[in-house]
Amino acid sequence: MPDLLIELFSEEIPARMQKRAADDLKKLVTDGLVEAGLTYAGAAAFSTPRRLTLSLDGLSAESKATREERKGPKVGAPDKAVEGFLRGAGVAREDLEVRDDKKGQVYFAIIEKPGRMAADIIAEVLENAIRNFPWPKSMRWGAGALKWVRPLHSIICILSDEGGAQVVPMDIDGITSGDITRGHRFLAPDSFNVTGFDDYEAKLKRANVILRADERAETIWHEATNQAFALGLEVVEDRGLLAEVAGLVEWPVVLLGKIDDDFLGLPPEVLQTSMKEHQKFFSVRNPKSNRIERFVTVANMETADNGATILAGNQKVLSARLADAKFFWENDLRVAKAGMEPWLDSLSNVTFHNKLGSQKERIERIAALAREIAPSVGADPDLAEQAARVAKADLSSEMVFEFPELQGLMGRYYATEAGLDASVAAACQEHYSPLGPSDDVPTAPVSVAVALADKIDTLTGFWAIDEKPTGSKDPFALRRAALGVIRLIWQNELSIELLTLFTHKISLDDISRSASEALSNALELSDFLKNKGFDADSDNIVAKHFKDWILLSGEEASESAWENVATSVDLLSFFHDRLKVFLKDKGIRHDIIDACIAMPGNDDLTLLVKRAEALATTLATDDGENLIQGFKRANNILTQAEEKDGVEYSYGADIKFAEDDAEKALFSALDAADAKIAPAMKNEDFSTAMTAMAALRGPIDAFFTDVQVNADSEILRRNRLNLLSRIRNICLTVADLNKIEG
Amino acid sequence: MADKPRSFQEIILRLQNYWASKGCAILQPYDMEVGAGTFHPATTLRALGSKAWAAAYVQPSRRPTDGRYGENPNRLQHYYQYQVLIKPSPPDLQELYLGSLAAIGIDASLHDIRFVEDDWESPTLGAWGLGWEVWCDGMEVSQFTYFQQVGGHDCKPVSGELTYGLERLAMYVLGVDHVMDMPFNDPQSPSPLLYRDVFKQTEEEYARWNFDVADTEILLQHFKDAEAECQRILEQPAEDPKTGKRIIMAHPAYDQCIKASHLFNLLDARGVISVTERQAYIGRVRALAKLCADAFVQTEAGGAAA
Repeated sequence: MPDLLIELFSEEIPARMQKRAADDLKKLVTDGLVEAGLTYAGAAAFSTPRRLTLSLDGLSAESKATREERKGPKVGAPDKAVEGFLRGAGVAREDLEVRDDKKGQVYFAIIEKPGRMAADIIAEVLENAIRNFPWPKSMRWGAGALKWVRPLHSIICILSDEGGAQVVPMDIDGITSGDITRGHRFLAPDSFNVTGFDDYEAKLKRANVILRADERAETIWHEATNQAFALGLEVVEDRGLLAEVAGLVEWPVVLLGKIDDDFLGLPPEVLQTSMKEHQKFFSVRNPKSNRIERFVTVANMETADNGATILAGNQKVLSARLADAKFFWENDLRVAKAGMEPWLDSLSNVTFHNKLGSQKERIERIAALAREIAPSVGADPDLAEQAARVAKADLSSEMVFEFPELQGLMGRYYATEAGLDASVAAACQEHYSPLGPSDDVPTAPVSVAVALADKIDTLTGFWAIDEKPTGSKDPFALRRAALGVIRLIWQNELSIELLTLFTHKISLDDISRSASEALSNALELSDFLKNKGFDADSDNIVAKHFKDWILLSGEEASESAWENVATSVDLLSFFHDRLKVFLKDKGIRHDIIDACIAMPGNDDLTLLVKRAEALATTLATDDGENLIQGFKRANNILTQAEEKDGVEYSYGADIKFAEDDAEKALFSALDAADAKIAPAMKNEDFSTAMTAMAALRGPIDAFFTDVQVNADSEILRRNRLNLLSRIRNICLTVADLNKIEG
Repeated sequence: MADKPRSFQEIILRLQNYWASKGCAILQPYDMEVGAGTFHPATTLRALGSKAWAAAYVQPSRRPTDGRYGENPNRLQHYYQYQVLIKPSPPDLQELYLGSLAAIGIDASLHDIRFVEDDWESPTLGAWGLGWEVWCDGMEVSQFTYFQQVGGHDCKPVSGELTYGLERLAMYVLGVDHVMDMPFNDPQSPSPLLYRDVFKQTEEEYARWNFDVADTEILLQHFKDAEAECQRILEQPAEDPKTGKRIIMAHPAYDQCIKASHLFNLLDARGVISVTERQAYIGRVRALAKLCADAFVQTEAGGAAA
């Protein structure tokens, strides 16, 4: 069982691509070998800045011969059919065998493939892998046509066993395989040959190359933390940076340097970002002062002066960088302390979206909305408005221009320097949150108001200009914005009527048709819709309710009011879809959510979630589950009877016509439930209401066991149907149980 | 050449000698305002077509937004780039490059020299390539690029391009902290000159003009004129009615493209170009660069059959 060693030696491979490339090499080669009939015991892939390496052990020396019999057409079948079969099987006509089959004589093809030597298969598979390698970006070089991430220089491809090592011969656009590689570019540039993986790894180490990326990372971390510890300091952990730096060196040498005193007054985030982004330095913190005071750089070189020249050079570069950062910081502070006006003015030159105006116009809208939302989140309206006005000012600052990832954070520093209220400063940083699904949700009222206003303005804006997400396309991250709103509302248990808010906002922003009459019409219409408890699944529902509403209100509503409400309803149903995804992750079934969305007040997401949670809890109990069956049975019987008789059985059932005990018991159970459910629903105490509803399970089951609804007496039958109608009505006040599956 | 150079100009001279010894034609700077050495037609246009090429030159470069009145230790609105372009890129280009660092006194055994991913893209030239920024002790000393496309045309064969930021490199080699303190000529010469003696005043003058005084109306008009002239030149028939020869005026047209690009940089420094407009301006310059590239590949130097 020979072992295989492959090394693809090239000019420097970008650090961020190395790990993936090693994995891809492993997959492409092992898949290819296995498909060609070879087996192997183990495989491992490695990467350094200049090489991708694959080691396979226990490879079969050759693939097995195979023999396959394939049944073909009947003897005497049309020529075309026979030829097609020959092509498919890859055999000649004279090689076909004729055999007796149940239905007569049939052609058989015997396909025999001889075994192949591993070397032949490897050469083919590796060439294929190199020519089709999935680099994120690849290039040509010189006059050639071969593509690789950077110029490819040499290939090791050897098979080794007890008898020694043998080169697997191959030639890819003039690069021939061999058993030769090179060590570190400067410390051990000479070439040497290798006989197998262990020999290769050992010789590389002697030639100042650590083959394994995790070993390089460990060396770096160990050495960095040791050096910091010796000074009573600690290295700020950054796994991404560690992996990147491990991909920039073959022979890591850790050097600890000082940050010039002039720069220690910069915010620690600025120091950290500047050092990381530009120089790939780790930050070293003094745990006592919590300040970043030093840095760690990782060189790829051992020198006679123990890195003194290298460290001095790095320190000098850092000082130049930080001088820039300090220049930005000081300029920014001047503007901040003077009230940030120039920044806000310059935002009027920044287009947010060509149909939605400039950043400055957007900020005006957010400020108005933040003020409107403030009371429902417990924030001071003045502070919320002020926070919204300055929250994006830092986008014009020099520091954020240089380091866009510091947006928000710098805003907080600058607002603090400007002497603004601490809650306003915090909102500058927090109003972008939550961004990702695991991002923290702000809880400070002013931050919440601005965060909501920012996201809702984005959503209503893009909805109004009909730029909604489609399929996988969501260029303005609107799904993320909606999820952000949901999480803000849910986590802070806010009670906000979103439909009113959307309608109000879309109508206000809609400059072309901002007639106040249209606005009040729109608000009245959206109120009307909410009291009905509309079904957001249906596209026509707004139109339908709109007509009802015109009939009821008896006045002409304007076209634009209708459009704005339709847009708001559509946006709300987008929220409902996002909410379903959100609650599904929390273990609540989609049909339960649907049953709650179909109820009035479904634009108050906290209410909606509470209802859904209570319903999910109830349905998880034995009573709850069986109640659904009882409800469905009652509903089915009732619906059939109503269809048959052409009437609605909603006239109150009368206990005086009740004959059976079970029937009488149901009457009193419904009375008792009513007495509990109605006040509970009024208080939005869903859990009490649903417990009371679930308690109906026993009486309903008993009723169906003992009582024949379709009695011979028409009076009894009608009374019982009216009784079923009470069951239906009571259940439907809690949630639309028709939507529950199963 | 283990000895250290003593002045800015000695570093330039050593680079000239080094690349001349490696077979490059030593060209002179292009006589127009450009933002980088890449804009020199010896790079942009000569990277196109199938003919072999090897050239090296100094290119004075202007970046109006980087002006700091000569006060920042490393930022200048006018600086020098050293540019090498070899087509097809030789297999030992990295070693050749490291040889050039040795030639200017950077001892690879004492320093940490690294090739760090940096893909180059010039939206105004419609060009891109893959390569690295070369770091010496954490400082970027050069750009190293394998050109893949210029003016929308695939580069076949591929050119290898090296760009050295001369001031920064020289400051490092000479151990100077502020660019203005750097010896320009030999400090032992009868009239030793520092960088400040040559450029401090001009940095101030241009910074003031670039940021506050340049007449944006005029600049805008110049931009439009350059754009129109570039297009007009390339609309001319290939055959010259006077001489009867086939003369495609790729270079005169490209001059106008360079002009437009620099005018855009000036307008940008004056802060009169909004974020949305920016893209539109860059697109307009790119369209010109593409037209020039299209024209150049029709010429003999661009590899078209004579």
